[in-house]
Amino acid sequence: MLKNAMFYATLKALPVMIGRAASNSAEFKEELARNDCVYQIKLKDNSAGRYYLFQNGTVKSKRGIHPNPDAAMVFKNLDIAGKMLSPSPDMLYRIHAAKNFLVELQGSDKIGNWVAKLVQRAQYEATGFRYGEEMPDGCKRTTMITNGGPVHVYVRDEKIVRVVPIKYAPDDAPGWTIKARGKTFEPTRRVMAAPHTLSVKSAIYSENRLLHPMKRVDYDPEGERNPQNRGISGYERISWDEAFDLIGKEILRQRREHGPGSIFVPHSSHHLWGNVGYYLSALQRFINLVGATRMAMNPDSWEGWYWGAQHHFGNSMKVGMPSSYGTLEDCLKEAEQVVFWSSDPESTNGAYAGLESTERRQWAKDLGIKFVHIDPHYNPTAQLFGGKWLPIKPTTDAALAIAIMNVWIAEDLYDKEYVATLTTGFDEWRAYVMGEEDGVPKTPEWQEAETGIPARDVRALARAWGKKKTYLACGAGGVGFGGANRGSNGQQFARCMVMLMAMQGWGKPGINFGNLTGGVPLDFQFYFPGYAEGGISGDLVNTGNAAHNYQKMPHVISMGVVKQVIPKQFIPEAILEGKAESYLWESTSQEAQFVPVQYPMPGYSPIRMIYRYGGSTFSTTSKSGRWVDAYRHESIECIVNQSIYMEGDAKFADIILPACTNFERWDIGEWSNAGGYGLHAQEMLNHRVFALQHKCIEPLGESKSDYQIFEGVLERLGLSQVFTEGCSELDWCKRVFDSSDLPSKISWNQFLKKGYYVLAPEKEELRTPVAMRWYAEGRRKDLPEPFPLPSQFADQYGYGLQTPSGKFEFIPTTLRRNEHAHPDRPAVNRYTPSWEGPRTTTLYDKYPLQMICTHSRYSFHTHVDNTAATDQISDHRAFINGHYYWLMRISEEDARARDIADRDLIKVYNDRGSVICAADVSSMLSPGSVKGYQSSAKFQLVTIGNEQVEIGGCLNILTPDQTQTVGTHSMAPNSTLVQIEKYAHAEELSNVTAA
Amino acid sequence: MSQPPSSDARRKWNLIIDVAKSTHATNAVLVAKDEYVGNEHKGYSAPVSEDSAELFKVERKVRGASPVVDTAYLLKTCNHCDNAPCKKVGGDAVTKRDDGIMMIDPVKSKGRKDIAKACPFGAIVWNEELQIPQNWTFDAHLLDAGWPVPRCVEVTPLNAIEAVKITDAEMQKRVESEGLEVLRPELRTKPRVYYKNLYRFRQCFIGATLIGMDGDVENCVEGASIDLMKEGVLLQSVTSDAYGELKFDRLEPSSGTYELIARHEDYGEARADCELGAESLYLGALLLT
Repeated sequence: MLKNAMFYATLKALPVMIGRAASNSAEFKEELARNDCVYQIKLKDNSAGRYYLFQNGTVKSKRGIHPNPDAAMVFKNLDIAGKMLSPSPDMLYRIHAAKNFLVELQGSDKIGNWVAKLVQRAQYEATGFRYGEEMPDGCKRTTMITNGGPVHVYVRDEKIVRVVPIKYAPDDAPGWTIKARGKTFEPTRRVMAAPHTLSVKSAIYSENRLLHPMKRVDYDPEGERNPQNRGISGYERISWDEAFDLIGKEILRQRREHGPGSIFVPHSSHHLWGNVGYYLSALQRFINLVGATRMAMNPDSWEGWYWGAQHHFGNSMKVGMPSSYGTLEDCLKEAEQVVFWSSDPESTNGAYAGLESTERRQWAKDLGIKFVHIDPHYNPTAQLFGGKWLPIKPTTDAALAIAIMNVWIAEDLYDKEYVATLTTGFDEWRAYVMGEEDGVPKTPEWQEAETGIPARDVRALARAWGKKKTYLACGAGGVGFGGANRGSNGQQFARCMVMLMAMQGWGKPGINFGNLTGGVPLDFQFYFPGYAEGGISGDLVNTGNAAHNYQKMPHVISMGVVKQVIPKQFIPEAILEGKAESYLWESTSQEAQFVPVQYPMPGYSPIRMIYRYGGSTFSTTSKSGRWVDAYRHESIECIVNQSIYMEGDAKFADIILPACTNFERWDIGEWSNAGGYGLHAQEMLNHRVFALQHKCIEPLGESKSDYQIFEGVLERLGLSQVFTEGCSELDWCKRVFDSSDLPSKISWNQFLKKGYYVLAPEKEELRTPVAMRWYAEGRRKDLPEPFPLPSQFADQYGYGLQTPSGKFEFIPTTLRRNEHAHPDRPAVNRYTPSWEGPRTTTLYDKYPLQMICTHSRYSFHTHVDNTAATDQISDHRAFINGHYYWLMRISEEDARARDIADRDLIKVYNDRGSVICAADVSSMLSPGSVKGYQSSAKFQLVTIGNEQVEIGGCLNILTPDQTQTVGTHSMAPNSTLVQIEKYAHAEELSNVTAA
Repeated sequence: MSQPPSSDARRKWNLIIDVAKSTHATNAVLVAKDEYVGNEHKGYSAPVSEDSAELFKVERKVRGASPVVDTAYLLKTCNHCDNAPCKKVGGDAVTKRDDGIMMIDPVKSKGRKDIAKACPFGAIVWNEELQIPQNWTFDAHLLDAGWPVPRCVEVTPLNAIEAVKITDAEMQKRVESEGLEVLRPELRTKPRVYYKNLYRFRQCFIGATLIGMDGDVENCVEGASIDLMKEGVLLQSVTSDAYGELKFDRLEPSSGTYELIARHEDYGEARADCELGAESLYLGALLLT
């Protein structure tokens, strides 16, 4: 009886709560008026129920069973109804009930979804919904996380006034302290954000924002679709309903006519931050509900470490990168030298960590730690801190490394005991290095012709390194990730890097990987899910969901039934040639990468529809001019593009869906928490910071959040309730919050108001030990990372590395077992000159400049490029004749030989295409090397005279599409040969750009 | 840096920019756009146009030749001069606040291109859309609202930009003890923006690499002592590093001929004569015999 009474009381209370919410919030009131309908809640046997009449923005309810409701929620019995309708429900039970049909959703999916979300929203609107802090100047201060740091967003009259990196309040948790060599170091008490965070307001209000759904004027799904006109024809505005109808119909037509696999969803990585609206979250859920061919990503930032280095020491779960726990303190206390080898943290910020680590490098310098920079470019890190610069020729790093090892062996400057007891295969490696194998000793003189580095410098470096405790810094965070591993010889490079460290006693005090970006002593056991843990995706296969998130945040599983994938770097071939073959990025073991994938996969349809999501492909893949023909191919019947800006791929779509930025919708996240493959990536930060990512302003124009766009499309398939689980984005934020350890520190309401929480650092006595120290000391592994997996130990669980021998292997067994099939990835890491470089003489005679194409300093991939503030950065683009040209950094000698002056327009070209850039002439490069960033958001082809040139700065059209080695799926943009000449048609071009 | 505790009413704002640590100076440009483009700060400034020239500008200076180079950045903005040419022509459109900040009235300055033109540093930008001259106001609207320092200070690491509110006497002490300089002191405009390590822009170095032979193997010579002589007078002495590199810095451009004399007890001696032109000079490898 009591249950019965509770059931009726709850049902009766609903209209009261909704009414209260409507009187509190004009927005809610408006939402309430959206639909006139009848909604029924009842028991399955019709023994009890109440229905709700929504009419003209009001709701009334009546006891009983309505004969013809628009939608209904039907419980199997009273007991279940009671648990489900409790004001603080057990989410695990709710999910259990849904999965087991203890509750059923009947009738209109659209109405059911609408009512469920309305009721959820009424719960917090009814008690007065407040978020953000009111400031004295009348602004409301809200909170957001970007790729370059968390920020306070000051809003007045629905307009963002300013975006300010968070300054911690006195009552926020304190920072950590490191004592080293008589000094005490404490981090800055504010977020040190990346440049692209500081200019993000310009990106939000960019004139390139897509503000309305659009359709290509000559795309007619009932008649001529005109795929050949993609990128040429203009667009007309359509309503959201028209857009959703068009897409919904097309998806169902694809399913019926072509079958599973015909819809393909390629996407970019990381343009926005947050656990709900992320590509591994909402998008992944959408992909699974639509049923689509997925894009198989290559490990694009880790290439050489994944395909190469991991075979020597393991860490496949970290994509082949070393760990860096505890290394900041160890480096400051013990190290005497840091060798930055293709590592420019001042530009690349460890990916998401902004400029948090800049001050730590200054501390190291102040302690007298010597810096060495091995990079074709005198990069900003070298510029800021100085030190010895070795301007190496691109793609030749392995030759230098091998020569260093040669000196160490010849002069007895390596850790013989470590090598003897903790490694295998050294004798065979030494035989190669010393020339016993092939008669060529790999001396400093041997490498000079390859690298351009004088033999004497190599000897000096090898001696200093052999005598000083040295940290080796590779890539953005110091432990791999970006840089030389993204060239043709990236695997040789990364393999050499770990061998160098093994020869010097990797893990001993002062001897490790790092550039002072990682290894900060934070509390890593406090749980909050990272983006790779799948958010709301429900996908246990293609995200890291299964490890924690699926248990911590009960939600319904979503499964992709289409097994077909297309390897990311070969999507154009898949379309143009109808087939593509490559290898998987699969991190569970070293062996997984040898498994080939083929497109098309037997049984599935080739792709016929593309649903494109996120930023530009043109500036994030190699030889990307291929995409123009692919997009225009007649086999592709429909292209939908969902993105924020009218740039890149958007211009090749049939239907354009305008997504808003994350400043215009709700989300929740932790700064720099990648999770999964990027476990504990917060270790680069001074403080762990969690934020409720407020909806700072309403979406601009007609744009919508990605989540709401997916919801709209899925509503046409009757799947909106399956997608939302009755939740808005804010409801999901609350579910993520509840799944984490945050509720033990801050209440939901406080979090809503303040917007962020700073976690106290780990207690000094509980700090994480130093990476590899356990191995150097022959102990059980003592780091908080759950790998190698239990089956991957050569000895007792917890002892040894993830290799067949359990030791560091100079000659990797996992490569030896497979080298018959992959002769260009031999077990002995022999130096092989680049397949596109000075030794490819026919090509080199035509294109004698080696171009490195690195990550941009002022944008995050393409995000926040192509905005007024970023365009105007003098170190990013140059304004010439009405157009902002991409910079190409070139040496004074090479410029002089070509009669090129600083900021002249130049043509950068090879057989793949031509890009018009502005020359940035300086002595910060050696002759023969040039540097330009990838990631221009602009892709603008123009024809001048008879020649087609690209003027947006999309250097990716020049980079090779060849995989680094046979049997891998790896890109090599840092091994591009080009020629440069002063642009002869600058005047004709100015007629185009000035127009 | 924290401000001194002095509550002296004569305290005025000054900016101190370290040229050697300004690799991230662009961040100051970006936050100025964030703060001023499209934003009206009532009683202080009108919105700056997206297309206007920038309130902050960054210049780059690369000295030397590969591989012995250094690179510095010079951040320029309104100098808030105490003897400002803009104020002389500006009349009541240009006012100097008691705290040293120069303000251009967005109403009274309408049409006054002459105010922008009067600035010898080119630091006042002309807003074509609104027809007014505009300067960086030191974020006066924020300081008055209680912000401790201007925004540019907080976004550039390593205290590359420091804002201090101290008396002119206190500032003068810092100028002397830290060797601070202003841009174009000869104009006697009395800027309130000071620079540390300005030699990285203004002056030159002479660099070289010392090598020696061990049998037929060429090695870098570490620990050699090198003297820089001019007309027989010893100017500076330095020691070569592990790569045999050495640098004599803070030399005036186009300052004539110099002689380098390098000595090492095992490798012997090397001498080189050179003429320093407008730019720094890297002499390449010098063989000790």
